[in-house]
Amino acid sequence: MKEKPTFYDVLMQRGVSRRDFLGFCALTATHLGLDASGAASVAHALETKPRIPVLWLHGLECTCCSESFLRSGHPLASDIVMSMISLDYDDTIMAAAGDQAEEILQDIIRDYRGAYLLAVEGNVPLANDGMSCIVGGRPFRKKFEETARHAKAIISWGTCATSGCVQAAKPNPTRATPIHRLVDRVPVINVPGCPPIAEVMTGVISYILMYDRLPELDKQLRPKLFYSQRVHDKCYRRAHFDAGQFVERWDDEGARQGWCLYKMGCRGPTTYNACATIGWNENTSWPVRSGHGCIGCSEDGFWDRGPFYERLPDMQQWGIEANADKVAAVGAAALGGAVAAQLGGSLLKRMVKGKRGDETPSADDDKKGTQS
Amino acid sequence: MKDYIPYHQLPEGSIPEPVSIYGPGIRIWHWVNALLVVVLCVTGYFIGVPPPSAMGDTSTLYIMGWIRFLHLAAGYLFALLALARVWLTFVEKGISHQLFLPAVWRAEWFDGFKRQLLWNLLINDKPIRYVGLNPLGGIAMLFLYILPGLLIILTGFAMYAEVTGHDSWQYLLFGWITAIFGNTMDLHVIHRLAMWAMVGFAFVHIYIAVREDVLSRQTMISSMLSGERQYRR
Repeated sequence: MKEKPTFYDVLMQRGVSRRDFLGFCALTATHLGLDASGAASVAHALETKPRIPVLWLHGLECTCCSESFLRSGHPLASDIVMSMISLDYDDTIMAAAGDQAEEILQDIIRDYRGAYLLAVEGNVPLANDGMSCIVGGRPFRKKFEETARHAKAIISWGTCATSGCVQAAKPNPTRATPIHRLVDRVPVINVPGCPPIAEVMTGVISYILMYDRLPELDKQLRPKLFYSQRVHDKCYRRAHFDAGQFVERWDDEGARQGWCLYKMGCRGPTTYNACATIGWNENTSWPVRSGHGCIGCSEDGFWDRGPFYERLPDMQQWGIEANADKVAAVGAAALGGAVAAQLGGSLLKRMVKGKRGDETPSADDDKKGTQS
Repeated sequence: MKDYIPYHQLPEGSIPEPVSIYGPGIRIWHWVNALLVVVLCVTGYFIGVPPPSAMGDTSTLYIMGWIRFLHLAAGYLFALLALARVWLTFVEKGISHQLFLPAVWRAEWFDGFKRQLLWNLLINDKPIRYVGLNPLGGIAMLFLYILPGLLIILTGFAMYAEVTGHDSWQYLLFGWITAIFGNTMDLHVIHRLAMWAMVGFAFVHIYIAVREDVLSRQTMISSMLSGERQYRR
């Protein structure tokens, strides 16, 4: 087998200039918070390490993660990372289609067993043998299991993959299950958000490709680099919170003044994400800056903790009709069972008695008969 | 202080001698703790549902800041006092362990529990006198004060760990709680529900203490002031 190409080889083949390459290295080093010599070490790593292929699978999802990734504030980063990925497999942006595409998947699993990176956007519905998500004519679950088994590591893109998101909302009809609950031997890195911030995505993927290891993770498997602080603690409206100045209605003076959205249900105090620092769309804005509270889209179960415009979430209330129906069903079943048992019992009794009644006299008759 | 059997049903017919049941530590603990609970409930309520917006210049206002400071400082003291209360159990002895450990496995305790229930349902007309808490009171303390209190301390520090961050000792000690819930919104909700349990306890506690003081032929409120329980016919 011939020597595997390095990242640099591949990028040169794709027509990336040396200048762009070094620019990308410097940018990535800045992103990851490295010091001045960082760019050189990044470049060195890319020139010498064999390229790590990335498979990007799409499960039960809406592709907003891909959309976010494409809109990275640094086109250079997304272009380069994207072109590295699209070489391999990504349903939505690859050139190949059909059997040709699926063949690439098999080739990568065969040639790079235990050495490729699996990025999963969306989750795996387990109900009905996974029939709620069919890709390439078979359940996504099968495809995921095949590719996950031999992966070096798995990146879970977005809240879908990390905790289920809206398709896992109660009662979760398709049993949409987050990725980290489906694998046990392969390391998983969670990058939550609906979608995650583009710069966070490129940052995470560049880190792994470059250093050949996962960044430091917290207890929920999120990279500490981007998810260790609450939106509330970095919010530019925090001063208004501390002062006790809140927006009370969407059209009041506080809303015009840009006061704290806490009373309007802002989930900033319970949301771990980098929105307040990095911002969205080249830091054009982010939810709170546009005057709307955070809905906590990078948190587990945010979809079941509404309403979004109230500070305290609704409690899961006792379903009056549903539970009354259950009581009725159980009661009817118990009553029916009791009636059936009584009927059956008495019938059985009668049958046994009847048989005995039939048998004894007939036996008597026989006896009588033989006697007589 | 001597060790007593707190759930021991005192005999009828005579007036028992006064007994000293609460040491100075327990009494001071009780009243300081009561004050802290009031401060914590009021400030805690306003953290969840802030007061109407303050008008004026942001740089001169610090309303939520002060409310949160009071809450956090009182919370620290509340937790420290809880530790002190456990320590006092060993130091002052008396009946102080009864708060944590009702003797549910004892026949006399269980008998007292039933009698107290009947008394509180206005079925029995003569209450039993005890050295310590009556058994029903002991159960109420455990489920309406001790357990919600523990829950409040744990969830409270877990939320504090969110503020101080991954490198703090709060995170080291209580960070695992945030990991249980996934979404830390749940911590806030549980903390608040436990607060309402505590508020409910306070009302029941004050009502029962006054009522028993008047009707149960033994001192209640003055016992927590003087440390001595006196009996009457």
